[in-house]
Amino acid sequence: MDIKEVVERIKKISKKKINIMEFCGTHTHEIFRYGIRQLLPENIHLLSGPGCPVCVTSEDDIDYIIDLAQNYDLGIITFGDLINVPGNNGSLNYLRAKGKEVIVVYSPLESINIAKQNPNKKYLLIGIGFETTVPNLAFTLIKAKEENIKNLYFLSLHKLTPPAMKAILDMGEIKIDGIIGPGHVSTIIGRKGWEELFNTYKIPFVIMGFKPEEILYGIYHLLKIIEEERPALINAYEKSVKEEGNKTALEYMYKVFKKGSANWRGLGTIEDSGLILNESFEEFDIRKIYPQKPNSLKSKNNYCRCGEVLRGVIKPTDCPLFGKSCTPESPKGPCMVSSEGTCSAYYIYGGE
Amino acid sequence: MEDIILLSHGNGGEATRKLIEEEILKYLGNEILEELLDSALIDIKGKIAFTTDSFVVSPIFFKGGDIGKLSIYGTINDLSVMGAKPLYISVGFILEEGLSLNEFRKILESMRSAIDECNVKVVTGDTKVVEKGKGDKIYINTTGIGIIEDGISWHGRKIEEGDIVIINGEIGEHGLSIMLERLGIKTEEIESDLAPLHNITLPLLKISSGIKFMRDPTRGGVAGVLNEIAQKYNVEIEIDEEKIPVKPWVKNASEILGIDPLYSANEGKVVIIADKKEEKKIIEFLRNHPLGQKAQIIGEVRGKGKRVYLKTKMGTKRILDPLKKDLLPRIC
Repeated sequence: MDIKEVVERIKKISKKKINIMEFCGTHTHEIFRYGIRQLLPENIHLLSGPGCPVCVTSEDDIDYIIDLAQNYDLGIITFGDLINVPGNNGSLNYLRAKGKEVIVVYSPLESINIAKQNPNKKYLLIGIGFETTVPNLAFTLIKAKEENIKNLYFLSLHKLTPPAMKAILDMGEIKIDGIIGPGHVSTIIGRKGWEELFNTYKIPFVIMGFKPEEILYGIYHLLKIIEEERPALINAYEKSVKEEGNKTALEYMYKVFKKGSANWRGLGTIEDSGLILNESFEEFDIRKIYPQKPNSLKSKNNYCRCGEVLRGVIKPTDCPLFGKSCTPESPKGPCMVSSEGTCSAYYIYGGE
Repeated sequence: MEDIILLSHGNGGEATRKLIEEEILKYLGNEILEELLDSALIDIKGKIAFTTDSFVVSPIFFKGGDIGKLSIYGTINDLSVMGAKPLYISVGFILEEGLSLNEFRKILESMRSAIDECNVKVVTGDTKVVEKGKGDKIYINTTGIGIIEDGISWHGRKIEEGDIVIINGEIGEHGLSIMLERLGIKTEEIESDLAPLHNITLPLLKISSGIKFMRDPTRGGVAGVLNEIAQKYNVEIEIDEEKIPVKPWVKNASEILGIDPLYSANEGKVVIIADKKEEKKIIEFLRNHPLGQKAQIIGEVRGKGKRVYLKTKMGTKRILDPLKKDLLPRIC
């Protein structure tokens, strides 16, 4: 089937109002980048979910990072987007401009070389991301342990996707008729990783790739099982996603981490939705050395509605700050900062 | 022991004199510069174009060029796209203590060959040395003067509905190649597109009076330049994703790094807005030039407005916003 035919079939499939949530921020951006919403009939609504790791990082955790960077003698090593997220006391970007050492890396493995080359300094590597990025960070920590590196610490902000999806469904704020399953995460956890969720809620769920034709075909598939009332958990990204996921990656992951509670922006604290370091890797755990104190900072960001955007309850354009005081150059919340954020996608690609 | 730049090379005394006379003049010298006056004295008649640019690229040597060549071509290109024949250049060096003298010589040599190629003269200059850690090896500022022949300037011609948008070749190479270089990724094909544009822009302006705008899309990329045009001239522009020439390695790298080639810097490209009637003449000229073989009409002016739109390969349309985030500092 070529794209035109898929679009034609999508148009004919249903006249009902159907809400579909794409979990993953990369899907959100690709959907905007290719203008896929323009190809869908008006009764099909795509809602963006919480699938942007920087966006779901809680305000308290951001303030904790800023506190660690500001008040302790630590060089911060992290990935790009995080440095622009505003906390209640500045951002890493701001601290860097004021002279704090903040190093942006593409691969976490770089942190090992940085620590080795500067034995008199202490570094903090911030691990952020869903299942997709965790194996890389786990591998880095395994290597750091093997090489007996003593001046590198770790902060895990890693989160797991199925518990977040479950939390949104439990909240029941919006009717979700179908779910676009995240392709990259599923590469790690497999189709099987979603079975429990599917069996509990019986909501049609299709795992999709990221090419525009894969997304459109996936949406067609999803609409079909919604319309026919045949809920199923389908892997439409078979070239990358296996039934069992990536076993080696999962092994690395659970060698270093175990499940623990995590604090999500917009969703609150969810049990077993985050990854914390195992006992055998505790020596790296910054939380053991400089524990996170209750946040004394007053939130300055009362108008940012990132949390509701993350739950799909409002569109970015419903937020009073959107495009006015909150833009990618001067973001007020993480949904505008991250390249995976829904607000940033709406802004950059002119979403209505 | 390796010869390196010392603070004394910038103190204005004997070491400075030696550095200027034995190194810099050796490579960049000519009868005007060699006079070593406080200002260069030159005769120019006619309308001049005058431009300046600073270069802080890291790494200083990269595949396809180096900071020296970039500092000459960058300024040549700013003159060339305005229709000016580049004539004279000033060069200001800010050197970091500890820079290897051999690396400095390599940069000077590369500047020499760029100057010769473009037939310009370095007529004045300056050298300062800063303490170790206060710079990053070498920064270069160049200023250029060029002369505009009567009747060839596009400045003042009006951009109108129906005008076409042209690019002289594949986009995004400089920015992405520097980024990959910094990540230590090297392959045969990854290379900056660094090149001087005067040989393409000046003859083109002579053969076609339908050219209404030219700019080299460096920082901010093609998307940046198109947005500047849309806002400055109050026009809406639409470009077609499928028409935009992109090399396969650029496409792959941009997907992995999450950087759209439309926002990545170029150093040997020119965005041209022209009267549609001249389409054939311009494209034929460009494609016969070594720097324009992959020239392509990528879009058109759609009338009044302020926005740039991209027609995607899916046939949908979206806004092509100006760059709002830092992609990567110090690419030029």
